[in-house]
Amino acid sequence: MGLTFQSTKNSALTDIFHINKLENQFVIALAGNPNTGKSTVFNSLTGLHQHTGNWPGKTVVNARGEFNHEDKDFILVDLPGTYSLFSSSVEEEVARDFICFGNADAVVVVADATCLERNLNLVYQVMELTDKVVLCINLIDEAKKKKIEIDAHGLEKELGIPIVLCAARSGIGIMDLKQAIYNLVEGKVKPSPNHVQYIDEYEEILSKLCPILQEYSGNINPRWLALRMIDGDEKLIRSLNEFIPEDKLRSIRTIIVESDLTQDKQAIRDFITSDIYNKVEEITDSYVIISSRKINRDRIIDNYITSKRFGIPLMILTLAVIFWITISGANYPSALLSDFFFMIEGKLTFMFDYLNAPDWLHGVLVLGLYKTLAWVVSVMLPPMAIFFPLFTILEDLGYLPRVAFNMDHLFKKACAHGKQCLTMCMGFGCNAAGVIACRIIESPRERLIATLTNNFVPCNGRFPTLIAISTVFLVSQGGFGYGLLPVLSVTGLVVIGIVITLLVSYILSKTILKGIPSTFTLELPPYRVPRIGRVLYTSILDRTMFVLWRAIVIAAPAGAFTWILGNIYIGDLSLIGHIAGFLDPAARLIGLDGFILMAFILGLPANEIVLPILLMAYLSTGSIIDFDSIDSLRHILLDNGWTYLTALNTMLFSLLHWPCATTLITIKKETGSIKWTVLSAIIPTGFAVVICSITTLIFRLFGWG
Amino acid sequence: MLRLHMACVGSVVTVEDLASTGILRERMLALGLTKGAKVEVIRRGPSGDPTVFNIRGAMIALRNEESSLVAIQEV
Repeated sequence: MGLTFQSTKNSALTDIFHINKLENQFVIALAGNPNTGKSTVFNSLTGLHQHTGNWPGKTVVNARGEFNHEDKDFILVDLPGTYSLFSSSVEEEVARDFICFGNADAVVVVADATCLERNLNLVYQVMELTDKVVLCINLIDEAKKKKIEIDAHGLEKELGIPIVLCAARSGIGIMDLKQAIYNLVEGKVKPSPNHVQYIDEYEEILSKLCPILQEYSGNINPRWLALRMIDGDEKLIRSLNEFIPEDKLRSIRTIIVESDLTQDKQAIRDFITSDIYNKVEEITDSYVIISSRKINRDRIIDNYITSKRFGIPLMILTLAVIFWITISGANYPSALLSDFFFMIEGKLTFMFDYLNAPDWLHGVLVLGLYKTLAWVVSVMLPPMAIFFPLFTILEDLGYLPRVAFNMDHLFKKACAHGKQCLTMCMGFGCNAAGVIACRIIESPRERLIATLTNNFVPCNGRFPTLIAISTVFLVSQGGFGYGLLPVLSVTGLVVIGIVITLLVSYILSKTILKGIPSTFTLELPPYRVPRIGRVLYTSILDRTMFVLWRAIVIAAPAGAFTWILGNIYIGDLSLIGHIAGFLDPAARLIGLDGFILMAFILGLPANEIVLPILLMAYLSTGSIIDFDSIDSLRHILLDNGWTYLTALNTMLFSLLHWPCATTLITIKKETGSIKWTVLSAIIPTGFAVVICSITTLIFRLFGWG
Repeated sequence: MLRLHMACVGSVVTVEDLASTGILRERMLALGLTKGAKVEVIRRGPSGDPTVFNIRGAMIALRNEESSLVAIQEV
C-alpha cells in the first residue's frame, strides 16, 4: 500500500488521473513550461489521434492522444503547462498530482531551447519525483537562429537522463524522441538522475526521513516526499498523516524538530528553489553557449506592438482587418452554399410530393427544420472558416499576450484580472468557450467577473447578424469601397462591447464582487511563424466544426418549432403574430418591434438563428425565404418599418443581450451556482435595455427615428 | 531599499529578497526570481504599467504592485 490519489481526497479530479490502458500499452505524461511548444510536440507525436479539443482551459483537463513505436502502443497525456510543481495554481497541482499519483510509465519534459535556464528548474523538480524522465529540448531551430548552442551530450551526463533535441514544428527529432521513450519503458536505458544537492543541514534530515518514508511512499520518490515534509505543502502532509502509522509520524516529527532547522518553511522553500536555480545556472554556463547578442528581432517588433503610441491603435486596426477579410471573403462561398442547399430543398420537396406526404410534415421538416439548418450552415460556416484560422494565426504568432499586456492597465483600473483579456478573445469565437477559458484565472472573484462579462464580446453566432444588418444599412448608402463601412461599424460595436466589459467589471468589483485585483504574471513568448497546417487543423476541425455542430443541433429543432408557431392560427393571426403583438409595446420602448424581440427570445438556444427566425416571422409564411441578394433582405426589413434606429438597436441588443443557452449551461457548470447563472443573464439584458432606451430617446428627441 | 518597480528601463539589477507571500511568492520563485538572479528592465506598458522584465531569458510582465515586492540591488 502506498500513497495514492484516492488518499489525497481530491476526488473531483480522480477520473483524469487513472488512464485505462491495455496490456502492452504505456502511459506517457508530457510536462513543460508554458510556451515551449509542448502542444506541437504532442501533435507531432500523436498525429491526428487526439481525444480532446484545443481550447485554452484544456489547461485543467488533460488532453490525450495515442501513438505507437515498434511493437508498443503509447497513450500520451498532455499536462497543463507549468513553471513549477509546488502547486501554486490549479495547473501546477494537476500536473504534480498526475506525475505523483497517475499511472504514467514515463514523463517527457519539454523544454524551450531558447530559454533553457528557466526550463531546467522544472526538469530538476520532475527528476526529484521520478527517475523515468526524458528531456525533450524543443525549438532548437529557433535556438540556432538566435546563435544558442547546446551541448546535449554534456547536459545528458550532467543530468543523468536521456535528452532529445527537437524542432517539433518541422518534425525534426520526433522519431528520436519516440525511440528514447521506447528505450526507457522497455528498460533498455536506465536513467539515474543527478539530483540537486542541498545544504548539509537539509541533506542530513533527508537522509534520516527517507528510510522511514520509503515504506509508505508507493510510486513517489521518498526524497521528494521528505523535502515536502520540511518545506511545506500542508495538504500533502495531511493526506500523508492518514497513511503513516502514528508512531512513525511521531518519529518523523521528532527528526524535524530535533534537527535544529533555524528557518521557517517559507525560508526553506526559498533556499531549495535558489539551490535548484544556482545549479541550473552552473550547468547552463558550462553547456549552453549564447554567442554575443545579435539584434533582437522580437524587441524591435515589440517597440511598435506594445508601444505607448501604436499599441492600442494597432490592435484595433488588426481587429478591423480581420473583420474585413472575414466579411469580404465569406460573401462568395456563402452564396454558393446557399444555392447548393436551395437545390437540395427542391429535391426534398419533390420527394415529399412524390410520396404524397402531408403538407404539415413537409412544412415542419423541409420549410422549418431543413431551411433553418441550411441558413445556419451557409451563413455561419464561411465566416467561421475564415475568422477562426485568422484568429489562430494571431494566437500562434504570440500576439494575444501582447494584447493582454497593452490592455492590462485598463483591466487593472476595472479591478479585474489581466488574463480576462485572453478569455475575452476566446469569446470572439464562442462565449461558452470563453467561459471555460476563465478557468485560467485563479482567483475566484476575478474568474466570476470574467465569466459574467464574457458575453459582451460578440461571438461567432452573433457576427453574422451584426455583419448582415450593417451591410444592409450601410453598403448602398456608404458608396465607397464595398465592405468598409460595415467593417467599421462591426469594429465599433466590438469596441463598445470591450468598453462595457470594463465598465461592468468595475461596477461588479465595487459592488457584489468587492476586492482588490489579485496578482498576475504574464509571459510574452517569442514571436513565432505560425504553421499553416496546425492553424487549419485546430481552427477548422476543432473550433469551426465544434461551434457549427452545436449550432446545427440547436437550430434544427428551433427551426421546426418556429414553423409550427408560424402555422398555428388563432383567429386570423398565427401564434407568432400573437406573441409579437404582445411584445410590441415593450419592444417599441427600446427602439425594436415585437417581432425582433420575439426572435431574440426564440433565439435563446443559439444566437445564430435570431435573424432567420425574424425573417420567417416577417414573411409570416413561417419559413425562411431565400434571399438571393442583400437587396431583397433590405426590402423585407424596410417594408417592416426598419429605420436606422431599428438597425442600430438590433445590433446593440444582439451585442449586449442575454447569453445563449449553451453559454448559460456552461456558466452553471463552471460556477455551480444558479444565482450567478441568473445574474449572468440579467446583467447583460439590463444593459441592453438601458442602452437601447437611451439611443431610442436620443433618436426621437432629434426626430431621426 | 531599492525595489524592482523603481529600476530604470534598460538597467540590469539583481534580486535581493522577496516581500511577497503565498502563491505569488511561489510563482516568483518558479519564474526564477531567487536571491542573486539577474533581471533586466525591458519596457513599460502603454500607461507605464505593467513592465516587461527579462527574467532568466524569458520576457515576463509584472504590474507595479508585484514588482514593488522585489527588493533589488543595482549592478
